[in-house]
Amino acid sequence: MAQPALTGTGGVLPRPEGLEGIVADWSSDQRAFKNVPWGKAMMWIFLLSDTFIFSSFLISYMTVRVSTTVPWPNPSEVFALTIGGHKIPLILIAIMTFILISSSGTMAMAVNFGYRKNRVKTFWLLLATAALGATFVGMQAFEWTKLIMDEGVRPWGNPMGAAQFGSSFFMITGFHGTHVSIGVIFLIIVATKVIRGDLDRQRPGFMTGRKGTYEIVETMGLYWHFVDLVWVFIFAVFYLW
Amino acid sequence: MAHAEGHQPQPVGQQPSPTGQRAHVEGQQHPIGIYLKIWGLLFVLSTASYLVDYFHIQGYLRWFLILTFMLMKAGLIVAIFMHMLWERLAIVYAILVPPLLLLVLLGIGALEADYTFLTRGEFFGGGSAAPTHGPAHPGPVQHR
Repeated sequence: MAQPALTGTGGVLPRPEGLEGIVADWSSDQRAFKNVPWGKAMMWIFLLSDTFIFSSFLISYMTVRVSTTVPWPNPSEVFALTIGGHKIPLILIAIMTFILISSSGTMAMAVNFGYRKNRVKTFWLLLATAALGATFVGMQAFEWTKLIMDEGVRPWGNPMGAAQFGSSFFMITGFHGTHVSIGVIFLIIVATKVIRGDLDRQRPGFMTGRKGTYEIVETMGLYWHFVDLVWVFIFAVFYLW
Repeated sequence: MAHAEGHQPQPVGQQPSPTGQRAHVEGQQHPIGIYLKIWGLLFVLSTASYLVDYFHIQGYLRWFLILTFMLMKAGLIVAIFMHMLWERLAIVYAILVPPLLLLVLLGIGALEADYTFLTRGEFFGGGSAAPTHGPAHPGPVQHR
C-alpha cells in the first residue's frame, strides 16, 4: 500500500525546472517521470519503440527507391481518382489525411472532457474518433482493392515501373492500417468503459487490479495521435515525394 | 518512497490530502480552444502539402515544402495533442532524443543506396548512372 504515499509526496516538494530539473528528476531516488502516470510513461516507451519500427520501414523504402534503376511509379497518378469526369491527383489520400487529422482532433477533445469528468461527451467523442478511424481503414481497403484489382500492383512487381513500389507500399500502409484497426478496437473498449461509468467508480480494468481512472483516455489518446503522426510521415515521403 | 508515509500515518483506503490527489489525478488540463486551433492549423498545413502536389511543384522546392509541412504537422501533434509541451524535460528528452539515432541509419541507407544505384548502372546498364544524380542526396530521388 505504498500508492497513497507516492501520490501524497507528488505535489509537496518544489521541483527545479530545465536541465537542473532533469538531473533532479532522474536522481531523486523515486520514479523519474514526475506527474506522469505509469501507464502513460509505458505507452510513451512503447511508442518510442514503434517509432523505430516505422522508421526502419521508411528508411528501407528510401533505400530501395534510390537504388533502383527502373523509373518509380508516379504516386500522384497512381492514386488519382476520376470524380465527375475529372481526374484529380491523389484525392483519395488527401481525404484520408483529413479524416485521420479530424479523428486526432476529436481524440484530443475526448481526453480533455475525460479529465473534466464529462462522461457522456467523452463517450461520444471517443466513438466519433473510432468511426473516423474505421472510415480511414475502409478507404484504405478501397485503395488496396483498386491497386490490386485494377492496376495490377503486386509486392513483386507492377506494370508501371519499379517492382519495389508494391512491396514498400503494402508493407508500410499495411502496417499502418493494422495500427489504425487495433486503435479502433481499443477506442471502442475505452468508450464502453467510459459510458458504463467504470472510470468514475474506479473499477479495475481487464487483466489488472489497478483502479480505473480517466488517465487511460489520455494513454489511449497518445496511441491514436501517434498513428496520426506516422501517417503525416507516410503521406509526405511515400505519397507526395 | 514508502517511508514518507511513516511521517503522516493514514488509515488505508482514506483519501490522501486533496492537493496531492488533485495534482496527480487531474492530469493535463488545457482550454478546449487550443485543440480546435491546432486542429484548424493541421487542416491548413495538410491542404498546403496537398497543393504542392496539385500544382506540380518539382525539384528542391518540392522537397523543401513537403518536409517543412511534414515537420510542422509532426511538431504540432507531438507538442499539443500529445501534451509534450507541458511535460517535464525528464520525459521529453527520454522520448524525443533517442529517435535522433535514426539519422545515422538514414545516412547509412542513403550512402548504401547511392552505391547500389551506381553499381547497377555500371554493370546492368539499365539506366545511365545519371549525372543529375549526385552522390550525396539525403533522400529518395525522382526517376521519371
